Amino acid sequence: MASRIIRRVAGSGARCILASPAKSPSSSLPAPGRDFSSQTPITATLFPGDEIGPEIAESVKQVFKAAEIPIKWEEHYIGTEIDPRTQSCLTWESLESVRCNRVGLKGPMATPIGKGHRSLNLTMRKELNLYANVRPCYSLPGYKTRYDNVNLVTIRENTEGEYSGLEHQVVRGVVESLKIITRSASLRVAEYAFHYAKANGRERVSAIHKANIMQKTDGLFLECCREVAEKYPEIKYEEVIIDNCCMMLVKNPTLFDVLVMPNLYGDIISDLCAGLIRGLGLTPSCNIGEGGIALAEAVHGSAPDIAGKNMANPTALLLSSVMMLRHLNLNEKANQIQNAIIGTIADGKYRTADLGGSSSTTEFTNAICDNL
Amino acid sequence: MARRSVARSLLNNLLSNKLEPCSRITASRSVTYMPRPGDGAPRAVTLIPGDGIGPLVTEAVEQVMTAMHAPVYFEKYDIRGDMKQVPQEVIDSIRRNKVCLKGGLKTPVGGGVSSLNVQLRKELDLYASLVHCSNLPGLPTRHENVDIVVIRENTEGEYSGLEHEVVPGVVESLKVITKFCSERVAQYAFEYAYLNNRKKVTAVHKANIMKLADGLFLESCREVATKYPGIKYNEIIVDNCCMQLVSKPDQFDVMVTPNLYGNLVANTAAGIAGGTGFMPGGNVGAGHAIFEQGASAGNVGNEKLLDQKKANPVALLFSSAMMLRHLQFPSFADRLETAVKRVITEGKHRTKDLGGHNTTQEVVDAVIAVLD
Repeated sequence: MASRIIRRVAGSGARCILASPAKSPSSSLPAPGRDFSSQTPITATLFPGDEIGPEIAESVKQVFKAAEIPIKWEEHYIGTEIDPRTQSCLTWESLESVRCNRVGLKGPMATPIGKGHRSLNLTMRKELNLYANVRPCYSLPGYKTRYDNVNLVTIRENTEGEYSGLEHQVVRGVVESLKIITRSASLRVAEYAFHYAKANGRERVSAIHKANIMQKTDGLFLECCREVAEKYPEIKYEEVIIDNCCMMLVKNPTLFDVLVMPNLYGDIISDLCAGLIRGLGLTPSCNIGEGGIALAEAVHGSAPDIAGKNMANPTALLLSSVMMLRHLNLNEKANQIQNAIIGTIADGKYRTADLGGSSSTTEFTNAICDNL
Repeated sequence: MARRSVARSLLNNLLSNKLEPCSRITASRSVTYMPRPGDGAPRAVTLIPGDGIGPLVTEAVEQVMTAMHAPVYFEKYDIRGDMKQVPQEVIDSIRRNKVCLKGGLKTPVGGGVSSLNVQLRKELDLYASLVHCSNLPGLPTRHENVDIVVIRENTEGEYSGLEHEVVPGVVESLKVITKFCSERVAQYAFEYAYLNNRKKVTAVHKANIMKLADGLFLESCREVATKYPGIKYNEIIVDNCCMQLVSKPDQFDVMVTPNLYGNLVANTAAGIAGGTGFMPGGNVGAGHAIFEQGASAGNVGNEKLLDQKKANPVALLFSSAMMLRHLQFPSFADRLETAVKRVITEGKHRTKDLGGHNTTQEVVDAVIAVLD
């Protein structure tokens, strides 16, 4: 057993040494000073996922190649058997690869239904300690929805809160579920939120809570946010009760900039915001983990009904990969690709079926490459 | 003793005054409401003006009731949101009168005071909260065909108020779900749907994560659904629900939810239907009912609104119409509802939340002027 562990660590270590150049010391924040010359390629883990996953992953690879981005993809697939080391279909090697490379891109994964193993998303979250889920929501110009000028970012605490999974039946017919809020997790996500706001030129951070009812738990969350806010005096900080937030989001989403929230509220609000810009098919997302790990993912489902038909919309995965590039500080390239995507959709000539057009995935991808 | 003389003087007032000429038979009314002898005796209703804009809007209701000569008279009690608990005399009054009309009570955030709204609901066991969100002609909204009634469990769930600090920096909050409470709120929801000719009841939950707690809620809903085979029943996860609410709200009819989700869903639905200033609501239990503004988004109006007296009285006016119907005065309820709807449709008197400049008093005068 011990020798197997040593071999595994040594193996992954060797892979690390061969793969990428000098790494910044691990910190709880994405290191801002990472310097990459455009020649040395960065290795990133890619999980194409299931059903439409491989098709849209191809789009991403094609666009990245056309834009000459120095990224080398290391592809991993979900196994069909349960790996006992991770208690799920995700292999230990895949997770090690993400830990090593520090960046990854994940397509939609269909969690196989059954008992006896953890869900794939849960496995990734726990093993990689992904504590913040960042979802920017902005209206795509040229694609009209009921809400214009939406431009906000939701940052959701991803490890504790109401989703701690600690439930039990007290007596028959009475169930208790624990909501846990800790100082360390709240500080961590608040730090990331303010850091993100500063790094991306955002002006305001709003903490969403229900501290008038849940005084101690959300009260602790707010306390931590306030502490972090003091360290960033140039960023405005406000607190909004969640019912007010929901109401204002559906009436006037331009009122919000960056939102930071505990787990449950974050889940609901981030999906609400995705609904404002017409759904999960266009929404990028990125999970931030301890040690500066960033795993960008497309949050939509694997759409088995259009798998293999070249009809899938790669926008969500592409925009997520843009988030990954920004995390790596390759901002110019990120802007280039983002503008190409927005331009293509705004033009309206090439749109996939879900946006009301009739182009195929490949046609859409080619149009983006042309627009670069 | 004093009450009876008040009632008698009111009755004398009603009989001695030259009553308005009989209302014109409207095209829609074919079968008349036949009261039991003595049904016209004035009913006492507890009135709690509350905080913020509360006194302003409850006064609006009093004025309209007087103008209509409605057979209700109010027993006013002044309580503020930052009191430690609801005074016993108020509770006794509500127990006696069975019906109460209330403005908002502001709960201070993190102040160590438990919410008076929640106290009232628990004390009187008002286990179902109802908010009716629907489009009103003349009210500009982004969504059409919204007619949603959100019925929310009002006594347990996340608002049990059971929190404690485990160790410094770690706080736990208990969410309690019981079969008893879930069953009775589901029963109320289906009964409401049955009595109001509604076609579908949707249960909102997060049972994929909170398997035991929300699982128990769903079980109770399913059991009650089998007793009403004529009403369609389906279930939806809360984050998907919020997304659907902002994109396709016409798919929802009656929604039944546990405590916290109900709060969010009600405020979101109120927002898409035109704003919390227009949606009526109430809390009901086995013996008592409290009517108030449906969704208040956790606030009672800001200072400016109060100073300029530009609060929107429509929500409370509709809630008082609901109250009149609950007290079995359908004709008065109809007259009030028609008058308020006329004022909104005409659009000449608009308060600040509609982008207008009229004061509360002007809106009230307009409603009284078009009263039948």
